[in-house]
Amino acid sequence: ITFGDPGKMRDYHYTGPVEHRFSPYSFNGGTVLAVAGEDFAIVASDTRLSEGYSIHSRDSPKCYKLTDTTVVGCSGFHGDCLTLTKIIDARLKMYKHSNNKTMTSGAIAAMLSTILYGRRFFPYYVYNIIGGLDEHGKGAVYSFDPVGSYQRDTYKAGGSASAMLQPLLDNQIGFKNMEGVQHVPLTQEKAVQLVKDVFISAAERDVYTGDALRVCIITKEGISEQTVPLRKD
Amino acid sequence: MALQDLCKLQEVLVDRLSAGCSSEPFGTTTGCNYVSGSPFSDAGMFHFYIPAAEYLEESPIRFGQIRPVRSVGAASSPDSPALSWPPGLPLASSHCVPLPFPMAHGTTTLAFLFQGGVMVAADTRSSCSGLVACPASQKILPIHSHLVGTTSGTSADCALWKRILARELRLYQLRHGRRVSTSGAAKLLARMLHPFKGTELCVGATLCGWDGGAAGGGRDPGKNPSSVSGASLCYVCSDGTRLQGALFSVGSGSPYAYSILDQGVKWGLTVDQATAVAREAVYRATHRDAYSGNCVDVYRVSSEGWTRRTREDLKEEYYREEERRGRPSE
Repeated sequence: ITFGDPGKMRDYHYTGPVEHRFSPYSFNGGTVLAVAGEDFAIVASDTRLSEGYSIHSRDSPKCYKLTDTTVVGCSGFHGDCLTLTKIIDARLKMYKHSNNKTMTSGAIAAMLSTILYGRRFFPYYVYNIIGGLDEHGKGAVYSFDPVGSYQRDTYKAGGSASAMLQPLLDNQIGFKNMEGVQHVPLTQEKAVQLVKDVFISAAERDVYTGDALRVCIITKEGISEQTVPLRKD
Repeated sequence: MALQDLCKLQEVLVDRLSAGCSSEPFGTTTGCNYVSGSPFSDAGMFHFYIPAAEYLEESPIRFGQIRPVRSVGAASSPDSPALSWPPGLPLASSHCVPLPFPMAHGTTTLAFLFQGGVMVAADTRSSCSGLVACPASQKILPIHSHLVGTTSGTSADCALWKRILARELRLYQLRHGRRVSTSGAAKLLARMLHPFKGTELCVGATLCGWDGGAAGGGRDPGKNPSSVSGASLCYVCSDGTRLQGALFSVGSGSPYAYSILDQGVKWGLTVDQATAVAREAVYRATHRDAYSGNCVDVYRVSSEGWTRRTREDLKEEYYREEERRGRPSE
């Protein structure tokens, strides 16, 4: 961000020529969150699509349904998110046609890792989090970095407000950094309420998060969605 | 999976070491319990344990508890990696696009040889220029039953190249009927990384393995005691360095670890003493290095294969040390 006149800082300000390069990336904001429970998983994202100071859309959710038991949340550069989800859908169909079964969450995670690493030197600028049920019916969350390093977690936040949300989740779901608390297993109702509260907090403090919250709850009955309004400013 | 049937995996044995950890100079350790990774009888060419990284398979739902001791995935193995690998490796382009995000870097890993095999330790913090991306990552990745590799640098690069290495070693074993030695595996990894020299690929790995049969198979007992045992340690770097040695530490915390190791490592250490030294080195490095921290993983590679000690949270160790010194904890 450049302001016109350096003003009083003229003596300490660089005033020579500056090379500007075309950047193929852009940051479109957004926060994604996933929580795994004993027999459910939740993937939630805000629905704001922004670029710089502008908001492109207030209704652009970042959760993409892959199979009946898996949802992926992608935030970062929207162009790469769209292409990546198209590629994942195509690979899912190919797998289904050659193996006659749907991919499990763990298999999708491994596949996504290799897809992302295939572009190691011109990466997809996408922070992915996969949420779903594993083969045993337990909740599973897999979090990725943009070049494909991944691991399985209980909960993870990604995107612009991730640095704010992750410590909060560590405390509320992981019971970390506290002494003398009872470790109660997370129920589905409490998890959904926690996710909503956490996003309301994120929308207060992060400018790229807001407008609305889309929550996808994955259980063995299927995927149900809820939309909750957030701050629009 | 077909390989699982070929390998005929048996029950996992829990291998508990004697609790007498008294005479090491670094204070009491909290139990040197090792869990056997997998049954590694050295029988035949089809016996090749393909490790399932349990951080990818097991549900970590514990709601705040430290992970209990677990037998490392003898039962499940991941879907065949060959199916989902893209047809070509990532093409290295000389024209690099400036990235808008930082990669995960920063670590402390170490490995050394002693009479009981190879002792390997690493911290578990994965950082992305100031943010701790993951406080519980795995930096020691098993490659096969008798080979373990530490990872340092970009975690995505290390994870993927370890998978590729495991695949190539398995193919070699099937084609030639014998396992590749540690230095051979190091050479293979170095050759595979060579085309990417000059790119931003960043891998600093130490390969720690046991070569040959249970008795250290048919080597001349030369001047060096480690040539009698099959323990072997090689350092491979993505800039092309490949070194064989008896002690290595890699990562941003390595200078601090080296100081502890140089003082404490001797060939004649017992397993408990060696564990204590390794653990202490990582602990001191995590204290001083900002990019290392959280927990410590300790592995040992011997003629029976690799075994892993329970992951230990170093926060507790810090408080215990404060008590020992008689200072109030801050």
